[in-house]
Amino acid sequence: MSFGPTTFISAAGSTPVLVIVIPLLAAMLAPIVSRIHRSVGWYLATTATFIAFLLSLSLLYTVIDGGTVSYRMGSWAPPMGIEYVVSYFNGFVLAVIAFISFIITLYGKKSVEQEIPEQKIPFFYSAYLLFIAGIMGIVITGDIFNLYVFVEITALSGYALIAMGKDRKALMASYNYLILGTIGATFLVLGIGYLYIATGTLNMNDLMQRLPEIYDSTTVITAFAFIMVGLCLKLALFPLHIWLPNVYTYSPSIVSALMAATSTKVMAFVLLRIMFTVFTPEFVLEVVPVTKILIVMSCVAIIMGSLIALGQTNIKRMLAYSSIGQIGYITLGAAIATETAMTGSLIHILNHALMKGMLFMVVGAVVYKTGIVNIKDMEGLGKRMPWTMAAFTIGAMSMIGFPFTVGFISKWYLATGAIGAGMWYLVPVLLVSSIMTAFYFWRVVESVYFKGRSARIDTLKSPHHSDEAPFGMVVTTLFLAGLCIYFGLWASGPVEVAKNAAAFLLGS
Amino acid sequence: MSEHIVIKRVSNFIIPFIQLFSLYVIAHGDISPGGGFQGGVIFGASIILYVIAFGMKDGRTRISEILTDFMNSIGVLLFAGIGLACVIMGGAYLEYTKLAGSAGEGHGSHAEHALHLAGHLGIYGIEIGIGIVVASVMITIFFETANTQDDD
Repeated sequence: MSFGPTTFISAAGSTPVLVIVIPLLAAMLAPIVSRIHRSVGWYLATTATFIAFLLSLSLLYTVIDGGTVSYRMGSWAPPMGIEYVVSYFNGFVLAVIAFISFIITLYGKKSVEQEIPEQKIPFFYSAYLLFIAGIMGIVITGDIFNLYVFVEITALSGYALIAMGKDRKALMASYNYLILGTIGATFLVLGIGYLYIATGTLNMNDLMQRLPEIYDSTTVITAFAFIMVGLCLKLALFPLHIWLPNVYTYSPSIVSALMAATSTKVMAFVLLRIMFTVFTPEFVLEVVPVTKILIVMSCVAIIMGSLIALGQTNIKRMLAYSSIGQIGYITLGAAIATETAMTGSLIHILNHALMKGMLFMVVGAVVYKTGIVNIKDMEGLGKRMPWTMAAFTIGAMSMIGFPFTVGFISKWYLATGAIGAGMWYLVPVLLVSSIMTAFYFWRVVESVYFKGRSARIDTLKSPHHSDEAPFGMVVTTLFLAGLCIYFGLWASGPVEVAKNAAAFLLGS
Repeated sequence: MSEHIVIKRVSNFIIPFIQLFSLYVIAHGDISPGGGFQGGVIFGASIILYVIAFGMKDGRTRISEILTDFMNSIGVLLFAGIGLACVIMGGAYLEYTKLAGSAGEGHGSHAEHALHLAGHLGIYGIEIGIGIVVASVMITIFFETANTQDDD
């Protein structure tokens, strides 16, 4: 029983599992320690997400220095045992997810206290941390069945989180999501089952080596189709998106922000992972023409998402439809499957997490101070909440793809990738959607800055004076807004990582 | 409910046996069919039987809400904690044999015995953790669903 240097080395070598276990432990501790004081839950969540963020950063650096890290659960060697793998590709996504979760937790203290009934706060943080642990588990695992388990952990805690929304409609939104999410998960697990029947293995690396021999087998093709349908439902690709708008609209502000920034993004990541590291680029490009189908679907998602967003009067719902369009960008880059387009797709996972997380945080701050969710009621808010609205404007510019913001970087790589692949006809799609994005965001910016005060604001206390959201909320929101510009000006860091990840995915 | 004397008497009589059986199922989980989940379900069922026979109020005095809330967390903490203990002892997550520490080093029947014992005890701990969680979650779900009628 000695705690010598070996203990330290083994703990350092165990970083891949600690990233998951620490939020998980904190999730279970939250209901217990919150009995001491109700704000302890928040401190616990912040600490746990911060540690997870530091660990994921150290993992990313280890991967950049020394290549892929593999961790064996219980020392059972893969393919029999469960393996955690951190490569360039998922190390990057893991760090992004951990970072955004940390910032949103930091932001959420006041918002949670206001929106969640006091006796439910401990359980809220428990489900919240479980959601984060699940999402990080999806990213890090190298075992396809383990992936399914984490998808279910995320989904189940997600249903609970959504249902805690103030509005009674949150229950219905959660229930709809439960039904559709379960259908998606059923397709996913059926597909995984077929792969297991065909190959006798569940380890992703092992699957990649064994599958090419039997690519023409109907079992494998069916498995692939099932997995794709299940994932597209989970990531809300256009015709399968119907669960998403209500979920984002009625869940608590902090949950909308967290889910918009992470959950669909992670599902898009899983799609990439399964298309290119369980199956191979040859399979998705040649054996089954799934990329061609996905290009059409993505374009429809991009256009329709933006089009429906144009007609929304509720700001949360507008952002939700905008997310549906943005998911299209990520899948489009994956479907074009050249290195440049893939880089655009991966960098958009980071960028969209930053922008959409931030925009939902802004809406959360507005709801916290004024309770306004209708765009029309937001008139004159620019004077009342100047800092928050400045952040919104930066986020809006970034969504449109204005130069010097992150949105520009991802659209640039997607557009050049499309042209490079000879698919010039995709460029108008990107342009049209950018114009529509500009329209629906301009509507908000216009009413915020260039209209008189709305009747709704006049009913609030001292309507003539500025009344900002609490310090913690404004600072975190502005920090993300700053990053939207920072990574737009100095994009070389994340682009470098994304390029390497894209090269890794395409196996070149 | 006072007239249901038969139900109450019979429940009182068989509940200890059900609970004993659940402990048996948990304890034999690693060498025979059964384990933490099944044992936990049986244990939870014994409490549910008690509540059906004696009513919600009496049930909650036996198993309070605080107790089930704690049990929900402690079961998982036990599972994750054992995994973490293996990491602290210099192994991989959930590598039970490392729990033997220095007693498991070297060769010979003594070290082998220590490794064997550590492996067994590690799995026991996990099974007990799962048993606690499953039992308390079953009880919680039962109380919550039964409660909704009283609220409205």
